[in-house]
Amino acid sequence: MTQKNTKFAIELIDVERSFGQQQVLKKVNLVVREGTTTVIVGPSGQGKSVILKHMLGLLKPDAGKVLVYGQDMASMSKRQMKEVRKDFGVLFQNVALFDSMTVFDNVALPLRERTDTSETEIRDNVEEKLALMDLAEMGAKYPAQLSGGMKKRVGLARALVMKPRIVFFDEPTTGLDVSKSNEIYRLFHKTQAKLKYSAVIVSHDVPKIFKLADYVALIHDGEILGNMSPEQFQLSDNPVIRAFVEETMGPIYSSEREERFFYEKV
Amino acid sequence: MMWMVHTVGRFFQKLGGDFLFYLEQAGRMGIFLGACLLSIVRPPFKLGPIVRQMHFIGSRSTFVILFTGSFTGMVLALQGYYTLRKFGSEGLLGAAVALSLLRELGPVIAALMVVGRAGSAICAEVGIMRNSEQIDALECMAIDPYKYLMAPKFVAGILSMPLLTAIFDMAGIVGGYLVGVSMLGVNKGAYFQQMYASVVWNDVKMGLVKSLVFGLLIIWISACKGYFLHLERSGGFGAEGVSRVTTDAVVLSSVAILVWDYLLSAIML
Ligand SMILES: Nc1ncnc2c1ncn2[C@@H]1O[C@H](COP(=O)(O)OP(=O)(O)OP(=O)(O)O)[C@@H](O)[C@H]1O
Ligand SMILES: [Mg+2]
Repeated sequence: MTQKNTKFAIELIDVERSFGQQQVLKKVNLVVREGTTTVIVGPSGQGKSVILKHMLGLLKPDAGKVLVYGQDMASMSKRQMKEVRKDFGVLFQNVALFDSMTVFDNVALPLRERTDTSETEIRDNVEEKLALMDLAEMGAKYPAQLSGGMKKRVGLARALVMKPRIVFFDEPTTGLDVSKSNEIYRLFHKTQAKLKYSAVIVSHDVPKIFKLADYVALIHDGEILGNMSPEQFQLSDNPVIRAFVEETMGPIYSSEREERFFYEKV
Repeated sequence: MMWMVHTVGRFFQKLGGDFLFYLEQAGRMGIFLGACLLSIVRPPFKLGPIVRQMHFIGSRSTFVILFTGSFTGMVLALQGYYTLRKFGSEGLLGAAVALSLLRELGPVIAALMVVGRAGSAICAEVGIMRNSEQIDALECMAIDPYKYLMAPKFVAGILSMPLLTAIFDMAGIVGGYLVGVSMLGVNKGAYFQQMYASVVWNDVKMGLVKSLVFGLLIIWISACKGYFLHLERSGGFGAEGVSRVTTDAVVLSSVAILVWDYLLSAIML
């Protein structure tokens, strides 16, 4: 019964994973503390989505452990896994909406399949979620009839409809315009304050995503670096982290510097 | 000398690899079937999805079954008439048509039509869901894909197949009547009289058992091929991966139907 007392929602311990010859995860150690938001950043193709899929139990590690509330995802029975996943809210990178169902039915599906909620309650709940995501008019459309950013928002609505304890968002704001993504971030804050979920977010939206993060982890060469507060992350001595920070946030500073330089000259 | 050893070595390596692959696939299919059948008997039971699947597998196949059934009956009557006439026993035409349909052709041809119509569609649908991570999404939402996706298809397939076969048989008997009685002039009374006299419960039972088994086989093979698309050796990627497993599913289901047709006949005769 350590399950309740552990303060880690998720723990990856020395996780290794290869696809054929390619070793994607070499030694991944990462914890997600309960009620906090951990953001995973890093260049494309480094294995961020692969890490998420290990947490979800969709991929099994070659070596190492994936613990969710202290239970090992790799050695779990299907039934136990289903119990654990009842607490999950997931947004896949490609969203993975059910393409032969309407937007409304997509969001309503977990309610219909996992609860005995009446159809009227489902309607209210789903319509509220869709309105939150600014999709109020879109319920009757099919995923193929939506734009990329709209699909993302439908995916978010679907992930949040069951009041999850842990959410996994793979690039939630990729493909959204600035005001939409700001809106999503505000919404995320609000729902997290209400539902107190733990969150794992994969994002390329650096540095803006740092405002959301309690912890930032960088994936580099099959390992996790950092997993520290955004402030510490930005001031880190680690040369790899520093290179990443300069690469992603540098242009802002350097353009400021250039601007000043320009004015001084004039 | 050395190259011979190498070639022989490689041959056995490939043989062993193939063997292991097919063994694994067979095991996977067995486990898949077990999981699907278990999920059928596990609550909650929902009628809606089953009705929808029956509509798709069953109702939507009715027309093609009626059509092929009547032509099968017609050709049976045509061929049967000229054969029976040699022995001067045209009167037995009704019995010949009905028995061939009930015991053999009804279940087999109806099943082959359903393979082409519904089996391929099921395989492609499930394969695309696998490919676009929709099945992963279901699992992550703690919705059991076996219960949610597979169970209704299995129930609908097993229930629809005998009904479709019955429709096929009926259409065939009517088609045989049209050709035999209306065109070729066999005595109308004799056509039905001989049919009543020679068809016994065992003939009907054989057709019924066959159609139940075929219904199960079709859904099992088609759904399983699509479901494990990602584990295909050739790499089940994209549109081509889906088209390849769909072809496989159709071929494999058809072969399985003919093999099981022989086995069931041999057991029940
Ligand atoms: N199912 C798979 N089979 C083989 N290789 C895979 C598979 N999934 C991922 N990979 C490989 O693992 C590596 C990491 O992929 P992953 O999708 O995790 O990248 P990512 O960090 O999420 O990138 P992005 O930011 O572009 O989404 C890639 O090199 C990819 O080729
Ligand atoms: Mg990714």
